[in-house]
Amino acid sequence: MLEVRDLEAGYGAVQVLFGVSLDVADNEIVALLGSNGAGKSTLNNNVSGLYAPFAGGIRFDGADITGAPSDRIVAEGIIQVPEGRKIFPNMTVRENLEMGGYRRGRPRRSQNIDRVIRVFPRLEERFSQLAGTLSGGEQQMLAIGRGMMAEPRLLILDEPSLGLSPLLVEEMFGLIRRLHEEGLAILLVEQNVVQSLALADRAYVIENGRITLSGPAAELIENPELKKSYLGL
Amino acid sequence: MYDFSIILASVINGTMTGAVYALVALGLTLIYGVLHIINFAHGSMLMVAMYAAFFLFAAGGIDPYVALPLVAALAFAFGYALQRSVISKTSHGRDEIILLVTLGISIVIENAALFFFTSNERLVTLPYDIEGIDLGVTFLVVPQLAAFGASLVITFLLWLFMARTDTGKAIRAVAKERLGARLVGINVDHIFAISFGIGTACVGAAACLLVPTFPVTPQIGYVFVLIAFTVVVLGGMGSFVGALIGGLIIGIAESVGGLFFGETLGKISISLIFILVLLFRPTGLFGQRLR
Ligand SMILES: Nc1ncnc2c1ncn2[C@@H]1O[C@H](COP(=O)(O)OP(=O)(O)OP(=O)(O)O)[C@@H](O)[C@H]1O
Ligand SMILES: [Mg+2]
Repeated sequence: MLEVRDLEAGYGAVQVLFGVSLDVADNEIVALLGSNGAGKSTLNNNVSGLYAPFAGGIRFDGADITGAPSDRIVAEGIIQVPEGRKIFPNMTVRENLEMGGYRRGRPRRSQNIDRVIRVFPRLEERFSQLAGTLSGGEQQMLAIGRGMMAEPRLLILDEPSLGLSPLLVEEMFGLIRRLHEEGLAILLVEQNVVQSLALADRAYVIENGRITLSGPAAELIENPELKKSYLGL
Repeated sequence: MYDFSIILASVINGTMTGAVYALVALGLTLIYGVLHIINFAHGSMLMVAMYAAFFLFAAGGIDPYVALPLVAALAFAFGYALQRSVISKTSHGRDEIILLVTLGISIVIENAALFFFTSNERLVTLPYDIEGIDLGVTFLVVPQLAAFGASLVITFLLWLFMARTDTGKAIRAVAKERLGARLVGINVDHIFAISFGIGTACVGAAACLLVPTFPVTPQIGYVFVLIAFTVVVLGGMGSFVGALIGGLIIGIAESVGGLFFGETLGKISISLIFILVLLFRPTGLFGQRLR
């Protein structure tokens, strides 16, 4: 489904990614692990078309989308729920959800809103509240709900559990599992290494802009290097 | 002191003009709210639109009120194209460059106007411009009533557009969260240009409402843009309601000020309000406090 090949990317004169290759197959959950500043979000943002890579290629369902504008990438069905949520603070919860279906899924907007509020009943209670006044956890639900509105084919989740209480983190992972069972392919960036590996089919570890480890999640969790550097064992 | 009825008359007259000030300010505040730039070419675009309305009337015999939709549509297209082809191409997304680019555009437009149109005053004289309605305390002529009514209607329609349509919501989304907007598939460059186009269309409409009252010269833009800046600062940068209320307040202040200090000195009250607002409420009446 998604193929990233030898990606070189960064910001202006600063290079962050050095030849990153990564795949996500249909209906697969792939975890992307790495410490702060390793380049995870940079990879997401290049896939989403927020920045154009320096070199290398990105293909989605075989079509070359390297350097394509973000609106086209959304239209193809790659939807990112970004780090820091990036919801529209000056608009109501309902309007935020509607905007999720701005480019994709427009004909089925009202069904999709119903679906989102079945998953997050709390959002319905807050429908006409300005999104900027929601609590952090509610904002995260809204960000994911907004992503679901676009009927994603590949969902990129960048640290969805950041800032959530332990209970909500559990809920979040349960939700990701459910979305996956509905047939969605997911690229999951997380700091919760153990939970992510328990959920994912495969995983990549990125360090200083290079993939240093990759393989089936079940194998990686036993990897002594990974245990040492991420689990402190 | 003045009689109450004279002051009331002055307030009513000021309200009529204030609505057009609000319309000009609305365009400025919309562009500021979305692109985060002050469009220095706003006044020159108003001036060009006033010439367009004048020549449509003088050469084509088209009533400025009939020409309004056409001039507004042309202004929209001009603003859209200007943003997409000149401003975004030259600015590389840097606000301080955009500022200078709009300043440059205004200088080019004004000098072109001086060259082609000379600095002679031109006024549209409508055959029915002394007709109107008698309110007792004052007599309101058609150009005043049209300016007031049309400005309010346009402001209301614009508000509806921003609140109800997908494009209006996309404009609001881009104004506050560009990255989030791109992630839902909004083409930000397109929305920037639409906003610039709507802002320009506001002065296009205002121009048609102003030509029956104000003679057109290449310098006329300054007068209104200075007022519009004051309105925007008074109402709060980027605020819609603020632009409307601010426009009315400035219109009334100018009119009542003229009553007390005389026609020319009356404009001092505008500057006075400007300074007072900056001193006591720098975010304006409806502006959001900066975090
Ligand atoms: N807009 C930007 N301009 C310049 N440098 C940037 C920008 N965004 C990120 N960087 C730099 O790129 C590097 C990688 O950042 P990135 O956000 O991809 O890391 P990350 O793996 O997502 O980290 P985290 O876990 O903290 O979110 C960092 O050194 C960061 O400072
Ligand atoms: Mg990150």
